[in-house]
Amino acid sequence: MARIGVFVCHCGTNIAGVVDVKRVAEYALTLPGVKYAIDYKYMCSDPGQNAIIEAVKEHKLDRIVVTACSPRMHEGTFRKAAERSGINQYMSEMANVREHDSWVHSDDKEAATLKAMKLMEMSVAKVRRSEALSKMYATVEKRALVIGGGIAGIQAALDIAEAGHKVVIVEKDPSIGGRMAQLDKTFPTLDCSACILTPKMVAASQHPNIELRVYSEVVEVNGYVGNFDIKIKKKASSVDNKKCISCGVCTLKCPSKRAQSEFDEKIAPRKAIYTPFPQAVPNKPVIDREACTFFLTGKCRICEKVCPTQAIDFNQQDEVVTEKFGAVVLATGFDIFDSNVYGEYGYGEYKDVVTSLQFERLINSSGPTEGHVVRLSDKKEPKNLVWIQCVGSRDESKGRPYCSRVCCMYTAKQAMLMKEHYPEVNCYVFYIDIRAAGKNYEEFVQKAQNEYGVIYLRGRVSKIYEKKDKLIVRGADTLSGSQVEIVADMVVLANGLEPRKDAKSLAQLFHVSYDQYGFFTELHPKLGPVETAIAGVFVAGACQACKDIPDTVAQAGAAASKVLGLFSKEKMEVEPLIAKVDPLVCSGCETCYNVCPYSAIEMEDREVSRGNLKHVAKVLDSVCKGCGACVGACYSKAVDLKGFSERQVYDQIETVTQ
Amino acid sequence: MKQYLEEKNFKQGFRKDVERLSKQKISNCYQCGKCSAGCPMAFKMDYPPTMTMRLIQLGLHDEVMGSNTAWYCVSCETCTTRCPREIDIAKVMDTLKIMAQAGKYEVSDTEIPIFDWIFLKSLQYTGKVYELGLIMTYNIISLNPFKDVFPLGLQMFLKGKIALFPHFINDPVAMWEHLEMFSKIHKKQKEKIRETNG
Amino acid sequence: MVKLGYFPGCSLSSTAKEYDISTRIVCEDLGIELVEIPHWVCCGATSAHITSDIAANALPAKTLIWAEKNNIPITSPCSACFSRLAIAHHTMATDEEMRKDVGEVVGEEYHGGAKVLHLARVFYETYGLEALKAKVKKPLKGLKVASYYGCLMTRPPEVCDFDRIENPMFMDKTVQALGAETVKWGYKTECCGAAFSLTKKEAVLKLTGDILSDAKECGADVIVVACPLCHANLDSRQREIERKSGKKIGLPIIYISQMIGLALGYNALDMAFKKHFVDPVKVLKEKGIL
Repeated sequence: MARIGVFVCHCGTNIAGVVDVKRVAEYALTLPGVKYAIDYKYMCSDPGQNAIIEAVKEHKLDRIVVTACSPRMHEGTFRKAAERSGINQYMSEMANVREHDSWVHSDDKEAATLKAMKLMEMSVAKVRRSEALSKMYATVEKRALVIGGGIAGIQAALDIAEAGHKVVIVEKDPSIGGRMAQLDKTFPTLDCSACILTPKMVAASQHPNIELRVYSEVVEVNGYVGNFDIKIKKKASSVDNKKCISCGVCTLKCPSKRAQSEFDEKIAPRKAIYTPFPQAVPNKPVIDREACTFFLTGKCRICEKVCPTQAIDFNQQDEVVTEKFGAVVLATGFDIFDSNVYGEYGYGEYKDVVTSLQFERLINSSGPTEGHVVRLSDKKEPKNLVWIQCVGSRDESKGRPYCSRVCCMYTAKQAMLMKEHYPEVNCYVFYIDIRAAGKNYEEFVQKAQNEYGVIYLRGRVSKIYEKKDKLIVRGADTLSGSQVEIVADMVVLANGLEPRKDAKSLAQLFHVSYDQYGFFTELHPKLGPVETAIAGVFVAGACQACKDIPDTVAQAGAAASKVLGLFSKEKMEVEPLIAKVDPLVCSGCETCYNVCPYSAIEMEDREVSRGNLKHVAKVLDSVCKGCGACVGACYSKAVDLKGFSERQVYDQIETVTQ
Repeated sequence: MKQYLEEKNFKQGFRKDVERLSKQKISNCYQCGKCSAGCPMAFKMDYPPTMTMRLIQLGLHDEVMGSNTAWYCVSCETCTTRCPREIDIAKVMDTLKIMAQAGKYEVSDTEIPIFDWIFLKSLQYTGKVYELGLIMTYNIISLNPFKDVFPLGLQMFLKGKIALFPHFINDPVAMWEHLEMFSKIHKKQKEKIRETNG
Repeated sequence: MVKLGYFPGCSLSSTAKEYDISTRIVCEDLGIELVEIPHWVCCGATSAHITSDIAANALPAKTLIWAEKNNIPITSPCSACFSRLAIAHHTMATDEEMRKDVGEVVGEEYHGGAKVLHLARVFYETYGLEALKAKVKKPLKGLKVASYYGCLMTRPPEVCDFDRIENPMFMDKTVQALGAETVKWGYKTECCGAAFSLTKKEAVLKLTGDILSDAKECGADVIVVACPLCHANLDSRQREIERKSGKKIGLPIIYISQMIGLALGYNALDMAFKKHFVDPVKVLKEKGIL
């Protein structure tokens, strides 16, 4: 006969302010098997835990129920207390009467008390049938996968590699570098983006612990923390990197002019065989088969002819490899908001309305115009420039109510750079509010206005239209209460940030949750900013939320330290709450084998009695996640879940429906 | 500073009335100024739309109802179309005019209420708008009887662009239904405003 | 054969008679059957929706109910009428309280089953440009046209079921199908002042003046419109604007139906160009269209 102790926590006034805790404890004593019940102000405190330990010893209790908060908060605490008192930690149960009761029913104390009594009674019913279980351990594959080769991914990879672990960076473009490689200068110090990024790119490529997989994508994910099996597809680049000596002759001689450079934000053409930019890492070209004359018409092969090392391989195929990793860092970065959505700004129709990234390429000395800012329509230098902030930010009507955090700053930077390069131009910035909360940020924006003479106007622009070769910008300055019309030569849209288009499908591969925009959801908005709900999968950079470079680098470091924390263990404790099959009952129908989402069930021929082989299911302990799908599916009730047995669940249901 | 606001100036009931009648969430407005920037009539307004929305948020009904802003709204819906906070600003302007004409607040425009009154009367008794009658009555009531008569009115007449006589609904049953509908509309609208004005 | 309920609106029986005349001729020629809605009453226009929102929805309700009962899409050549009908339809489809109130007032309930089309989009979508092209007898070669949509043909987008609100092209494409050229200009959807023509004349003169001078600067020979209010402001107020600014504009304002009529081979008399203040005949003769 079970000897159960019930411990009712007040949680200060959190629970006791609503629930009559004394009544709950008294009621507990009337339940079969309950030998002891008390209420106490804070069960999680040291005196509270000691009270449990002493009660177990004194009253010879063999299982306990703690009526308190969510198990997510303190299940670990009370399991440890149980173990210290000398009983198996799985002989403890929690009833959540805070989140599930007192917090949500504070308007009806009587009903809340009755509900607390029921919740406690259910836990008592469950613990009555609990069995002692022992912890299980799994090995940890000490090799990390970083998805995304931008500054976030590079930083995370370097930090993990420096600590002595192997890292693979998967990047879908032909080079690492990401968005930061496209930028000209960075705020608030105006240091050159490439100058601080390229050393890190090179360090990553030369680090003995880092392996770069560019032009590659993750296509399938299996396994769990410590033991992920991940399929990576390397797209055919049509170039044999072992033979290629990066001489660049192929790109030089390629006659194709079909494609627009993605790296230059489509304001300049690129060849069909190309490296995205001169400092690309690795510096090996790829052939864009959709633009290549040979792949389109079957004729050309000029690159093949000019290549001094015969590195061109038109027959190369996509390759898929499966590899094991212990931890994953998602660092897929951002896209900018699609400016076409704003019909009133005429992007796409008026050539001189450009995106912020296009402007970065225009003013970048390694960009297509070598840093000369010219109009895309007639290649003339603009005299009047207008920036429009919050394009795709803080705009509910366009489905983007959030602030993108970086646009105020990069707008100030771009206007400042423009003034630095061309002191005689006029720069106007239309803004709603200036958000400059970082270190030295506010000073930076002030400098743009006070020292560089950028004119800030507080208001959104309503419409832009073209008249002759000018752009008429209709805006407002709400501070003076006026309508403003500026005859501009060029308009820069300060696009907000959004997740990469394919971020959602990547999240689905990992079962990582994401918000309505596609930003990956962190485990806890304050206390778990780099973890995800999937153990062993971490996030870094703008794929989680809009972020600038300093914050991205900080988060990448944090993600790396979480990976290292995981890798510091030789073995990892895993919950023993998994399925088990009774081979005597199992009919071998393979239903469970087919429904298991984790491939944790194997069919085997097993000797159930002497000389009697039977086709039965077997659970792979280290793979099973304890989801219970097999239990629900089993026709012969041969499968059960440890710690959540069918009888336990039925007893709970019976208790609550009585 | 033109205004000096004290707590007692903030009449939140006014904001709520406008929100209820217009079914628009005015507290959503963050004064970005896109409506004012695109408004074709802002150059005539005492307060641009942005500022009007702010005044409603604060509950300053004397400023809102005493200004000409709503009466200069031409209902082109440019603001509504472009508002990033999805407020139907043109509808709010309509609501301000409906509230003013319902009697509780000042009607701060002379021309449009007269025009509307004649327009709706014409519509009530004929079912269609009798343009010549409308123009002439309006000119007489607004004490400018010969406005636009020469040369525009005369030319219009000569070009046969002005029908001399009103068109009626030529079916007595339909006409009777139409008149009855009008009296019901008046009753219903009054009820609605009364509910809001408490 | 397309069959549509026709809601001409009040202006088309007096100040915009030529729009009515040309619409009826052109539709008959194209094989679009127009059934005038029996005993239709005025949509209430701006005067109704700024005086009483019940009136603003009740006045179009009868027309909408007719369309719903007879299962015929309705079309209006007037942007203001179209807008009032479409907004009333949209309001009653989304606002149950208003639908009930209007039902009480009108004596019949509207269930949201009507379809409201602007005449300009009937030519473009319902009839179709390919069919229209096939009917052209006299291409409008060499004519440079500024298509003026005004405010209410495309706004607000959720009511008008239209996505290219800021730079609509359907009238441009229609006119191009007739053989004319269209100009790029910035005032396509700016407001002309519409109902303020009598009450706030000064403001209307400014708005209309801006529209006319932009069209002129962008090289238009004529402006094509699809709304009697736009036409009244741009056409009959043009002399006054010229007098005030001292600059000659002389831009004929032609209805979309008249434009199609010309391409179908009708003459100035058929299209009632006599009723215009700025005579289009001269320009059309210069271009060899008439």
